[in-house]
Amino acid sequence: MERIAVVGVGQTNYERSKEDTFEDMVFEAATKAISDAGGEIGDIDNIVTVSNDFWDGRTISSMAIQDAAGSWGKDISTVEGDGTFGALYGMMRILSGSFDTTLVVSHIKGSEGVMNLITNAMFDPIYQRSLGIDATSSAALQARSYMEMSGAREEDFALVSVKNHGNAFNNPYAQLPMKISLGDVMASRKISEPLKLLDCSPISDGAAAIILANERGIKRFKKAPAWIQGVGHCADSFNLGYRDLARSRALKGASLKAYQMAGIADPLREIDVMELYDAYSYMELMWYEGLGLAPEGKGASLIRAGVTAMDGELPVNPSGGVLSSHPVLVAGLARLIEATLQVRGEAGRRQINGAKKALAHGINGPCGQAHCVFIISV
Amino acid sequence: MGKRTAIVGFGQTFQKSARKDVNGVELINEAVTTALADAGLSIRDIDAIVIGNMDHFEGVNYVDMWSAEGSGAVMKPVMKVTTGGTTGSTVATCAYYHVASGMVDKVLAIGWEKNSESDTTGAIITAFNPIWERPNIGGAIAGLALEASVYMANYGITERDGARVTVRERLHALNNPYAHLHQDWMKGKPINKLVDLTVSSEQNKMLASPLRMSDMCPRTDGAAAVVFASEDVAEKIAPIPAWVHATANRHNYVFIGDVDMEQNTTLASASKKVFEKARIKEPLKEIDVCELYLPYSYAGLKWIEDIGFCGYGEGPKLLWDGVTDMDGELPINPSGGVMSSNPIGATGLIRVGEAALQIMGRAGDRQVKKDVNFALTTGFGGCFWADVMLLGKEKPL
Repeated sequence: MERIAVVGVGQTNYERSKEDTFEDMVFEAATKAISDAGGEIGDIDNIVTVSNDFWDGRTISSMAIQDAAGSWGKDISTVEGDGTFGALYGMMRILSGSFDTTLVVSHIKGSEGVMNLITNAMFDPIYQRSLGIDATSSAALQARSYMEMSGAREEDFALVSVKNHGNAFNNPYAQLPMKISLGDVMASRKISEPLKLLDCSPISDGAAAIILANERGIKRFKKAPAWIQGVGHCADSFNLGYRDLARSRALKGASLKAYQMAGIADPLREIDVMELYDAYSYMELMWYEGLGLAPEGKGASLIRAGVTAMDGELPVNPSGGVLSSHPVLVAGLARLIEATLQVRGEAGRRQINGAKKALAHGINGPCGQAHCVFIISV
Repeated sequence: MGKRTAIVGFGQTFQKSARKDVNGVELINEAVTTALADAGLSIRDIDAIVIGNMDHFEGVNYVDMWSAEGSGAVMKPVMKVTTGGTTGSTVATCAYYHVASGMVDKVLAIGWEKNSESDTTGAIITAFNPIWERPNIGGAIAGLALEASVYMANYGITERDGARVTVRERLHALNNPYAHLHQDWMKGKPINKLVDLTVSSEQNKMLASPLRMSDMCPRTDGAAAVVFASEDVAEKIAPIPAWVHATANRHNYVFIGDVDMEQNTTLASASKKVFEKARIKEPLKEIDVCELYLPYSYAGLKWIEDIGFCGYGEGPKLLWDGVTDMDGELPINPSGGVMSSNPIGATGLIRVGEAALQIMGRAGDRQVKKDVNFALTTGFGGCFWADVMLLGKEKPL
């Protein structure tokens, strides 16, 4: 199979409420990605946008941003889901032999929607919605289920929040850099038992874009390529009751495929840095296990021992992760951008020294029903 | 270079105005099991799934996740794509790129809609700019009425010309057991008489001048699934696979007031690209059958001009000469088309599935009576958007 690289990345700042329109944000991210790559819009063969009609409050949510994405006269399509899935589709379109380059751009204005209602609409309309279930209350069920299975405590979850909000200080794009203690997290307001305010990611506005290219396509740009070594995606059952909420078999499936493609046998040793989709603090511990970094039920031991801290053996979320900025749909693409910056050695104050191989992760659906995993290296 | 890709199986539900006997997931499952049986495959053989619909019609968010138990996506890769009216063709295109990428061998493409659970126009209006467009124009009909008015004024097109398209579509639908609208009273009557009856009927209400009820597609419940397979396995699965020869799309966006109503530029440009890729020089001669996303009558005249089957203003002549009827030189929409069934998220995919059946020679009573080497399909949606896919019997070079 032909090799595909990330050659350009661009993000807006992530904020609680931006004045910019969808088009403004998409134009900013796309323009930054093109300028990062050292090319121009004419170098882009085709475009994949990522958006969601519910979050945008607009049917055909992709319509309003087509011009801002520079798609006039070009082939274009729209993925509705996390940005990592958009990146994967962008990669497939190049591998098909039809294009040499793809621009992938994703946007969200969480500030213009009501998170509870929008995520309530993910659930079964007859049996579940009237219970008021949403992304956070379903995550709380998962957190409780994970605690039962693993013996992890709320304090372990709090350590993730302390680490990621602290890391966010090094990321100029992050929304919530915070110097907080374990006690601050434990004392924060209960949102949905056992999750407290500081266990939950914020509502965010923002956009992100990447440019993908094959060996022919990279010649159009000045930036050194970061190669995609492996990718995998996989979905679990929809009904929460059909799933073992405490164990992510879908992440295991997705990551095994990505590891196999990238020739990775021991991810903890072979990967230098990871950017994971920690929409809620506990998720990061569960994802450690799904990714094979810790045995089942032992995710908390990594955070307790500082393995995933900035100075640990495998730093996770040097950017501050999704807990520090949660532009839904954009967040996974932001993880891929952060992973790219790390392997390029361009991550500024959040740079992990000598990072050669990075993993980026995105999720889709309630309680991480679907996962997409990318491995990238220079 | 990517893998050559073919369609090896197709399944659709019976299209109805309301499928109250099933919920959305069950409707999807009906199409999936039919398509798998058609290809002689089990869900275990499928490497990845692509699904699409329009969220605001059923009011379900994250449909790819919600439908996992019905689509077969549990512990499989699944991706949702959605682009409004073009969703069905976008799903087909996405499944094609999945296989052509070489990353997977067999992909299930699913499109569906339960319009009976929706306020279709209420939902579509929100596609437009909240400040400038929603109060004045929007919904499915307004833009089309503008286009029809311009076309009629430019070329002296009459209501009878529009009705000629409706009559063709509805007559063709009589051969298709899956079609939503079966107007049995039309059977055996001469075309001229049917056209006269259509334009003179007092029950044929005006919706938005010049468009009457008979000029528009219905709202339909239905689902479709198509199995795409790579050149490594396609010929083992289907005796005659329908190969994807080329696809292209254009989703240009402007405010509706700035849309070029003289020409459907996206359809013209995407068709040109597809013909260029497939080295088609004379579309009318080289293409054997079409399944086009024609959501309203005048599209059956004007858009065939944009595709390049004839010159501008010449569409009506092709229709009245019978060129596009079942026994004509270029039969268009043997299935009865969108004018006879429109489960929106499935509509574009049904075009691709029906075209594949024509190539495979398995379209039953709606099979055209000629050798089918090339079949052209289109999708329409958004702000006058176009998706075009060309299928062929010969394996592409």
